[in-house]
Amino acid sequence: MSQLLNVERPYLREDVPEFRAGDTIKVHVRVIEGSKERIQIFQGVVISRRGGGTRESFTVRKISGSVGVERVFPLHSPTIDKLEVVRHGKVRRAKLYYLRELRGKAARIEERRIV
Amino acid sequence: MKGILGKKIGMTQIFDEDGKVVPVTVVKAGPCLVIQRKTAETDGYDAIQLGMVEDRPPRKVTQARQGHFDKAGVPAMRKLMEFRVENGEELSPGDQVVASVFAEDDYVDVIGTSKGKGFQGVIKRHGFGGGRATHGSMFHRAPGSIGQASYPARVFPGVRLPGRMGGKRVTVKNLQIVKVNEEENLIYLRGAVPGARNSYVALQAAKRG
Repeated sequence: MSQLLNVERPYLREDVPEFRAGDTIKVHVRVIEGSKERIQIFQGVVISRRGGGTRESFTVRKISGSVGVERVFPLHSPTIDKLEVVRHGKVRRAKLYYLRELRGKAARIEERRIV
Repeated sequence: MKGILGKKIGMTQIFDEDGKVVPVTVVKAGPCLVIQRKTAETDGYDAIQLGMVEDRPPRKVTQARQGHFDKAGVPAMRKLMEFRVENGEELSPGDQVVASVFAEDDYVDVIGTSKGKGFQGVIKRHGFGGGRATHGSMFHRAPGSIGQASYPARVFPGVRLPGRMGGKRVTVKNLQIVKVNEEENLIYLRGAVPGARNSYVALQAAKRG
């Protein structure tokens, strides 16, 4: 197993901020349109974080024009330019799939103050 | 004909330049030592016998085998395997073969022993369709008819039936080499390779590109 960890190490990114489910996050995604590359920002609530090593991924959910949109990103993908934590959320679950059934006021998440 | 003996380390995924995920199997290939050169004159075919040098030497080596190693002037090894070579290709006992015989973007055939799956029915073992689960169906996972009646009055050889599955020699053809790490003798292959982790696999240059 340790040999596999060594294999994965060069592919892991080191600039991952600490974040967990419930946090609101800004994902700066590199988008290639034809020959041009630009940065697109996807902001939303992290509802799941799973896997380990290079396989680790997280799901971000946002409401876009009253439609829920979820995107799954590989955490260590080079297509992610930058990760920014906007707000820490106070939640009691590791996976917030219940948010899919809630909307509006009910889907709010209390802020977690970091001491 | 290029070939090397290796050990499956495991699978993971890495990213390519475009940021795409590439599934890879990591194989520790070598360092291997040539133990014997077989030739058409003496053995009827041309091949080299390779052994893989590992951190753990074998616990018990029979005298006969020890003599075989001594003849080549190499330490005792756990696993030996033969690779066919063309006549005239020069590798003699004691020579080293390392992972860098292969380069990035080469294609290889990988031979290994598949994971044993025990006694399995025809659905898993031969991909039979099976029958309906509900609505009064009385035919679920059984093989169905295995032949005719009073003539031929026997089951033909080769009819697919339940039995032991896996644990057999399997060749996976045309796997791309994603990366070669020369210092650690690691080869990254795109896709899956037969066998469990830590099982031995043989890598050969692909027969068809």
